[in-house]
Amino acid sequence: MSMTMTQKILAAHAGLESVEAGELILVSLDRVLGNDITSPVAIREFDKLGFDEVYDKNKVTMVMDHFAPNKDIKAAIQCKMCRDFCREKEVVNFYDVGKMGVEHALLPEKGLVVSGDTVIGADSHTCTYGALGAFSTGVGSTDMACGMAIGKAWFKVPSAIKFVLKGKLQKYVSGKDVILHIIGKIGVDGALYRSMEFTGEGVSSLSITDRLTICNMAIEAGAKNGIFPVDEQTLAYIAERSDRKPVVYEADEDAVYDETYEIDLSAIRPTVAFPHLPENTKTVDEISEVKIDQVVIGSCTNGYYENIKEAADIIRGKKVADGVRAIIIPATQEIYMRAMREGLLADFIEAGCAVSTPTCGPCLGGHMGILAPYERAVATTNRNFVGRMGDPTSEVYLTSPAVAAASAILGRIASPEEVM
Amino acid sequence: MLFNGKVIKYKDNVDTDVIIPARYLNTIDKKELASHCMEDLDTSFKERVKTNKIIVAGNNFGCGSSREHAPLAIKESGVELVIAKSFARIFYRNAINIGLAIFECPEAADAISDGDEIKADSDTGIIEDLTTGKQFKTKPFPEFIGKIIADGGLVEAIKKGSVK
Repeated sequence: MSMTMTQKILAAHAGLESVEAGELILVSLDRVLGNDITSPVAIREFDKLGFDEVYDKNKVTMVMDHFAPNKDIKAAIQCKMCRDFCREKEVVNFYDVGKMGVEHALLPEKGLVVSGDTVIGADSHTCTYGALGAFSTGVGSTDMACGMAIGKAWFKVPSAIKFVLKGKLQKYVSGKDVILHIIGKIGVDGALYRSMEFTGEGVSSLSITDRLTICNMAIEAGAKNGIFPVDEQTLAYIAERSDRKPVVYEADEDAVYDETYEIDLSAIRPTVAFPHLPENTKTVDEISEVKIDQVVIGSCTNGYYENIKEAADIIRGKKVADGVRAIIIPATQEIYMRAMREGLLADFIEAGCAVSTPTCGPCLGGHMGILAPYERAVATTNRNFVGRMGDPTSEVYLTSPAVAAASAILGRIASPEEVM
Repeated sequence: MLFNGKVIKYKDNVDTDVIIPARYLNTIDKKELASHCMEDLDTSFKERVKTNKIIVAGNNFGCGSSREHAPLAIKESGVELVIAKSFARIFYRNAINIGLAIFECPEAADAISDGDEIKADSDTGIIEDLTTGKQFKTKPFPEFIGKIIADGGLVEAIKKGSVK
C-alpha cells in the first residue's frame, strides 16, 4: 500500500504497517504543546480527567508567549495557572518570560522537534514543524488535555496535495511569498483536512527558515499539516540542536495525491495578502498606493534570524516614514541576542523602529501594537482577519519581512526594489 | 439527538477571531467568553441568539486559530447546533470535543435562509426546513462521536466510560 510522507509517520506512530486516507487512528505523541491562552483551558480539562501526572514530563511543553510578558492582570493569572501546573507536574520544558520565545520559533531552535516526530499543539500554527520532516498539527485545548494525560490523539488519516517546487527564489523573495502565492492560488480552504506535501528540486534552495514559514501557514489554506522532505540542511539544523536521532520518512514514489501543483520559485514576486483573508493576494507590481500606519516584523511566521537580518539590511541607514510606527519583534531570545550582537537592533533603533522582547503580541491583537479604527498595518504575521490586530475596522496586509521593511521606509506598501 | 429551532445565517470563512476576538482570551470563563461571541462580525448576535439557537454557515466555518474558546463561546451563548457547508478542521475537532453539535451539509447550508425554523436529527442525519418544507440528508455521526456530543464532550465521555 503506497503512502504519502505524512501517512508513513502516522502509520509508524499508530503501530500500523500502513494506513489509508480516511481511516481513524490513535497516534502516540512525541510532543504535546500549549501556550498561555490555550493551556489554561487544557489544564481545567486535565484536572477533570483525574490524572495525577502528565504522560511524560519531558514531552509536555508550555510556552508563555501570547499575552506575555503579562499584558494585564487576567493574562498574569493565566500564566500563573500554567506556571503552577508545570511546577506541580514537574514539566521540564516550561518556557517563561526571559527564556521564552514565540513557541513555533522556539521549539525547533531548542531541538525539541526532530524529523519523524508527531507533535500536537494547542495552537493552530503548530503545523510549522513540518519544515523539519515531522508530522505536526494544531488542535484544541481538550485534545491537549487528553494528550497530556495519555500521550495520544485520534486522527483521521489525511489525503494530500503535492506541491512540486522547481527553480530558485529571486532576490527579496522568500518563503512568505511562496506560501502567500500558494494560498492565493488554492484559497483559504484549498487544502481543508489535507496534507500539503512539498517536494521537487526547488526544495534544496529553500532555507530552513523559508520552510518553517511555508509550513507555518499551511493552516491558512485549511491544511492539517504541511511537510518538507528531510535533506542535508534539515539534518545539519537538527544536529546542532538535538541529541535525538531524526527518523527520515519519504513518500512512496507511487503515493496517491488528490492534486499536484507545480510551483516555479523563480517566477514568484513579492506578494501581499489584502484584508481580510490570506487568499486575497496581489504581487507588489499590481498594487496602487496603500498608505499605512504601522509595520510589524516578527511572529512565528517571520520572526526568525534570517527575517530580522533581511529587514535590517533594508532599513539600515534609512528612516522610518513620518506617521508610521515600526515594531520589530525577534521571535526568540537567541535571535534577539544575535541581532543585538551583530548590531541589527541598533540599525532598527537608529531608523526609528521600536524593538520588542519576544512575544506574539500584536499578531493576534493581544498587545504591543494594537490598531485604532480604520488604521492599516503591514505585518509579517499570518492572519489578516477582521479585527485580528485591533479595531474591527482596522486592516492588516500580510507580507514578507523585505516588503514590510521597505513599506516602513516609504509609508506605503512598497517593493524592496524601490528602496534598494 | 433532536434539534429544533430558528436559524442565524452566516457566510463563508467565519474565522475564530470574529467568533471570539483574541482581546478576550485573557479569561477561560465561559459566560464571559459568550458575552463577546460574534461581536466583531454581527452585533445583533447577542440578542438574536435568545430566540435563534441554530447557526447555518458557508464553507470553512471556524477557520484560523485553534482557540477552543470559539466553540465554547458559541455553545455557552445557547447555540445548540451549527450546520455548515464545511468546517475548518481544528474547529470541527474542538466542537466535538466540547460537545457542540455540528453537521456538515452543503445542500442544507445553501438552501436554508436566515430566520427559517428547522428540525434536525443527528441519529438519522435528516435536516428539515419547516419554513420551506425542504428536506436534506447528511451523514449521521458515527456512534462514538454521537456519544461524545451527548455526554457533553470528550472529557465527560471518557469519565462516563462511553469512550475508552
